[in-house]
Amino acid sequence: MSTLIETRPAQRPQDVFAGDGRSHVSRARELTYAQAIQEALAIAMEADERVFLMGEDIGIYGGAFQVTGDLVQRFGTERVMDTPISELGAAGVAVGAALTGLRPIFEFQFSDFSTLAMEQIVNQAAKLRFMLGGAVSVPLVMRFPSGSGTGAAAQHSQSLEAWFAHVPGLKVVQPATPYDAKGCLLAAIADPDPVMIFEHKLLYKMKGEVPEGHYTVPLGKARLCRPGRDVTVVATSIMVHRSLAAAEELADEGIEAEVIDLRSLRPLDRDALAASVKRTHRLVCVYEGVKTLGIGAELSASIAESDAFDYLDAPILRLGGAECPIPYNPELEKAAVPQTPAIIAAVRNLVRGRR
Amino acid sequence: MAVQEMKLREKSAPARVRVVVEEAAPPMMPVIYRRLSAESLRQALRKMLLIRRFEESAEDAYMRGLVHGTMHLSIGQEASAVGICAALDPTDYMTSTHRGHGHCIAKGAQVSRMFAEFFGKEDGYCRGRGGSMHIADVSTGNLGANGIVGGGIPIAVGVALSMKRQKRSSVVVSFFGDGANNEGAFHEALNMASIWKLPVIFVCENNGYGMSTSSDRSTAVKDVAQRASAYAMAGRIVDGNDFAEVAQAAFDAVERARQGGGPSLIESKTYRIRGHSRSDRNRYRTKEEIEAWLARDPIGAFERQLLRLGFITTADIDAIRADVEREIEEAIAFAKASPAPSIEELTRYVYSD
Ligand SMILES: Cc1ncc(C[n+]2csc(CCOP(=O)(O)OP(=O)(O)O)c2C)c(N)n1
Ligand SMILES: [Mg+2]
Repeated sequence: MSTLIETRPAQRPQDVFAGDGRSHVSRARELTYAQAIQEALAIAMEADERVFLMGEDIGIYGGAFQVTGDLVQRFGTERVMDTPISELGAAGVAVGAALTGLRPIFEFQFSDFSTLAMEQIVNQAAKLRFMLGGAVSVPLVMRFPSGSGTGAAAQHSQSLEAWFAHVPGLKVVQPATPYDAKGCLLAAIADPDPVMIFEHKLLYKMKGEVPEGHYTVPLGKARLCRPGRDVTVVATSIMVHRSLAAAEELADEGIEAEVIDLRSLRPLDRDALAASVKRTHRLVCVYEGVKTLGIGAELSASIAESDAFDYLDAPILRLGGAECPIPYNPELEKAAVPQTPAIIAAVRNLVRGRR
Repeated sequence: MAVQEMKLREKSAPARVRVVVEEAAPPMMPVIYRRLSAESLRQALRKMLLIRRFEESAEDAYMRGLVHGTMHLSIGQEASAVGICAALDPTDYMTSTHRGHGHCIAKGAQVSRMFAEFFGKEDGYCRGRGGSMHIADVSTGNLGANGIVGGGIPIAVGVALSMKRQKRSSVVVSFFGDGANNEGAFHEALNMASIWKLPVIFVCENNGYGMSTSSDRSTAVKDVAQRASAYAMAGRIVDGNDFAEVAQAAFDAVERARQGGGPSLIESKTYRIRGHSRSDRNRYRTKEEIEAWLARDPIGAFERQLLRLGFITTADIDAIRADVEREIEEAIAFAKASPAPSIEELTRYVYSD
């Protein structure tokens, strides 16, 4: 029943706060999350001529978040291809290229603009193989810079991953560390089916240990970040780091939280979650997407439907985004998604039986 | 067969792209000035200066940490915004873009409430929820800037449809950039506006780039105005740094729209002096190019023209500049003093109360 959960040196929570100037113990080799992605792109392009990049301003501009950086200098404009501002059409071009022997990696400038390309992703990329009875495959990778915290307001801050996870035919991952950012991307490029990678904008400058060379992180496997006996906190993306920070503080109060980084929404590692809940008897789900009908609902339901349900000592709790678009004002913006103090309070109350 | 069909279509939908060539040094008064009072010309200059100083001050406030997020400055494009809006009534509508501060002021917004929005305050036009990229002033017909490139174009067509159905005389202007004209939304919107003969004026502010991508790398036609012919509407190119030329085209298009003559496409050729947004490293263009456009500053050119034609004196200009300075200072003070929104109201305005 128990599935593989790999453990790696836990990311120090303060690593998340990019540019805070604090230096850490020197490690083998540290890269930022953005550099880790760039390295994976370079490795894949070096190894396989079919791999190429498409996106808005990913060439000389280097991408809105400098993820592609100077890759255009190394690989030229045919393989680091600036597209017009035509998300729907360009996504269709990527689908066509993927269908016929190429390996496109498509960057949305902001995840929000993927809404313009939904037709190609949901009706075409996700379904072509199925509709054609397996005669084709769509080895397409799409990258989505997501999330709030940058002051970019309602149309540039969304967390839409649950939308895509609702579509059979797509794989949806949310790497939370530089290590996973590189490994998931390389796994996605090797994967024969469309993989949507949701990257949190606040993570791009986060540093972490990244091995050199080629390695992959299996798509669809959760990661145990911190073991604990009292409660399971399952989180995605930046919420992993906020949950780890919360767990650290809670430990001072004698509450031992087990933190799981879900890493993938589709496929979903239900077994890893159930195994953890059986150990801790409590579950808190933390995610940035809007709470209602979000990933937390699925996680809760999957526990409620499983034999892990019998192990629960408390109701399942969800901490998700507020039921509103992301506001501009910085204080409102913070209040719109789970922050560390809210996670601490929720977990403490759950474990102490106060709700 | 296919060829014949093409020809037939061409016949029924002749291209009407008119290229207005800029003259070297027009000694004459622009024809459109016969329709504009000296006072309205002075007001136009004041608005251009107000936009410029608003944006410079917003940039300054950003550096000092008063503004959250990012912003897109339209410095260098003021004649385009003010020239188009000169032809509009307060009851006319407008959809704007991420580069929308100039449009907002040109349509009549108060800079005090704009600064308040930028500072995330409750007195801001969007009560601090929208910021620069969603700046709007519905009271003057500005339905808002848009964070989605091309997002406002079909909306403008819908507003025009609504005006026509309700037999209201208002027209709609939709501003967008050269980058936006490669979105499907642009093409679909122009087609619908044309088949339904709607009172909308599409204004492409072609500043040469969509972020780092020059229009010759992104757009198959040389001039965006050429695309008008595909949708059987009038297309016209103007020097977007020349207030008179922009205003003339705007008055003509607004007149056509009000009289039931349907939509028009105006391509206003201009240049953004600042980077695309705060993150721009300006790697895709040369210093020389920027300097050449700085020499064609629309505000300086307009001032010189008004002086030459005797619509204004240097003393008037000094007075206007001083007045603008005072307005900006007061607006910033107002915005700073405005209260922040309360966290308890985070989910307010998602639905009607
Ligand atoms: C649908 C969508 N795609 C991409 C973007 C990111 N983006 C914002 S502005 C911009 C360039 C727009 O160029 P243009 O239309 O020429 O307007 P300009 O910025 O030059 O005023 C881009 C790519 C966006 N906001 N929306
Ligand atoms: Mg442009």
